[in-house]
Amino acid sequence: MSETAKLTYGGAINAALARCLEQMPETLLFGEDVALPGGVFGVTRGLRKAYGERVFDTPISETAMLGAAVGASMMGRRPIVEIMWADFMLVAFDQIVNQAANVRYVSEGRLSAPMTIRTQQGNAPGACAQHSQNLEALLLHVPGIRVAMPVQAQDAYDLTLAAVACDDPVVVIENRTLYAGAKAEVQIGGPIPAIGGHRLRRAGDDVTVVTWGAITSSVEAAVDATGISADVIEAVWLNPFDTDAVLASVRRTGRLLVVHEANLTGGFGAEVVARVVESGVSLSAPPRRVGALDSRIPAAVQLAKTILPQTDDIAAALRSLVAH
Amino acid sequence: MEVNVKDEQLADLHAMWRIRVLEETILQLRIDGDVVGSVHLENGQEAVAVGACRTLRSQDAVFSTYRGHGWALARGVPAEKILAELLYRQTGVNGGRGGSAHFSAPEYGFYGENSIVGAGAPIAAGAALAAKFDGTGRVALTVFGDGAMNQGGVSETLNLAAAMDLPVVFICENNKYSELTPINDMVRNPDLSARAHALGIPAVRIDGNDPAQVSTAVGLAITTAEHGRGPTFIEAATRRITGHYIGDAQTYRPAGELEADEKNEPIVRLKNALAAQGVAASTLESVEQRARAEIAAATERALAAPLTDPSTAREHLYV
Ligand SMILES: Cc1ncc(C[n+]2csc(CCOP(=O)(O)OP(=O)(O)O)c2C)c(N)n1
Ligand SMILES: [Mg+2]
Repeated sequence: MSETAKLTYGGAINAALARCLEQMPETLLFGEDVALPGGVFGVTRGLRKAYGERVFDTPISETAMLGAAVGASMMGRRPIVEIMWADFMLVAFDQIVNQAANVRYVSEGRLSAPMTIRTQQGNAPGACAQHSQNLEALLLHVPGIRVAMPVQAQDAYDLTLAAVACDDPVVVIENRTLYAGAKAEVQIGGPIPAIGGHRLRRAGDDVTVVTWGAITSSVEAAVDATGISADVIEAVWLNPFDTDAVLASVRRTGRLLVVHEANLTGGFGAEVVARVVESGVSLSAPPRRVGALDSRIPAAVQLAKTILPQTDDIAAALRSLVAH
Repeated sequence: MEVNVKDEQLADLHAMWRIRVLEETILQLRIDGDVVGSVHLENGQEAVAVGACRTLRSQDAVFSTYRGHGWALARGVPAEKILAELLYRQTGVNGGRGGSAHFSAPEYGFYGENSIVGAGAPIAAGAALAAKFDGTGRVALTVFGDGAMNQGGVSETLNLAAAMDLPVVFICENNKYSELTPINDMVRNPDLSARAHALGIPAVRIDGNDPAQVSTAVGLAITTAEHGRGPTFIEAATRRITGHYIGDAQTYRPAGELEADEKNEPIVRLKNALAAQGVAASTLESVEQRARAEIAAATERALAAPLTDPSTAREHLYV
């Protein structure tokens, strides 16, 4: 039964997790500070009380947490693990890349790892270099791992449900600057959506902008400020990535801009550009990418601003693209 | 050499006040919006840094966590340079690149904070490994929390250091909490030193709110390392009397705990001990005021310094 509720982004994730725990008895929810304290960002508040021992706190042991999720999921549980910062997943990357990603394939499909890793990433003012990275490209390089990146509350709800219901490992990358934002109407209780797809945030004719993550709002601001007629495709799912939707749009607009907060080299923007160029679709301007400069991220706000893509950088790229 | 215990205690009190006032100042700057982002204070834990750093030699290397302002100060980094770092000024130890949670000042033997729990331990072991070859006689000291004991890399490092007799001192500041979760809910054996002991490392549990006990333990650890007998593990019981980070409402604390911790915090304790020995209240007061005057002047200078120029943001990525 579908109804609407006014929820923040964090509240929408909480509602989705509650529904998973309610309707899928095989789910487990664990991580550092998630149960009794309700999460350092409050996203899992109340879930321990409501669902008891299936929601629990863990030691600061990312390898053990993720490895335990792999093993439990192989036995039919559906673990949902919170890795507080994407930067911390690096401590346990083996369990994601060598372990979770291999389970189905090398067992010839006899085993699976239906686990969900919730994490959050990106810079916020003053965050240090070890709490600022955008690491989606590392995961997207790994076949066998699904990756979602919700920005709006509705997507946070829908993608979380889809991730947990998915029978393969999924990493849902959230953003801490969004958790406590404004409330929005969220449809809850509807059918559990499948993984995949994109969101069209602006519709236009002259340029296709592909983006994902919290920087989507800067893209929207840049499009609105320049008045350029643009398709803005938010790739809420990066694996599977909706290549067809991007190609269909570029076929119409003849121009492509990809924007991500991650740094440029080896970023997923390069993959998007490559797919478009390889498709042979005719372009009226060379494709462009806007992303962070290839640098570490300084804590100093005034320095970080010069490294991370700003709305003005996106607007300038848009203008130069349509000038062709 | 005759050691005047009272003078040593007064010096410890002064050193602890310097850290306390530095942290109070940072809290105020954060509230005022001059400092932004996540900041971790070590109020209540000052005795560990003070006791350890007054015992270390200039050639030794300290690796701390994000809760490291006081360790840097105790190691000799001027307060002005620490504050300027948090304020993103040119005069900061790293010009604002490191910030509150990730700065370093190797010229003072402070090889840096770390914001990945447990990551400083293997790096310190590496500094100790280098000492086996470079003739410096360096001892590496790494400090981390109770929660960090559950990080795999810490266990790996304890064994590596033991197997290779590395001159490294592991200090575990057991403040009872890892962020918002009590350590005793996350371990079966609350004696964290037992893990080091099981790996063959001399391990002691001490009162981390007593700088003299910390100093003695670190002194023994240095001697052990100097004699080629490798690592020592020190579990220092202490309490933080502020939140995990600025803004932590500490709702996870049982009623009355904070009040009890405040009665037992190291500055209160040492002040009471000195008063009981007959040290005049005016003397104790002047120790505090000296620290306040120093930090106030440092704050003024740090605030007056120019912000780091954004055009330098891309420097120092490679040689
Ligand atoms: C690998 C990793 N996991 C999680 C975190 C998030 N985190 C930061 S501090 C902290 C608690 C650490 O507790 P403890 O080791 O006891 O040190 P304390 O903060 O009490 O000094 C956690 C979980 C992190 N920074 N790095
Ligand atoms: Mg602790």
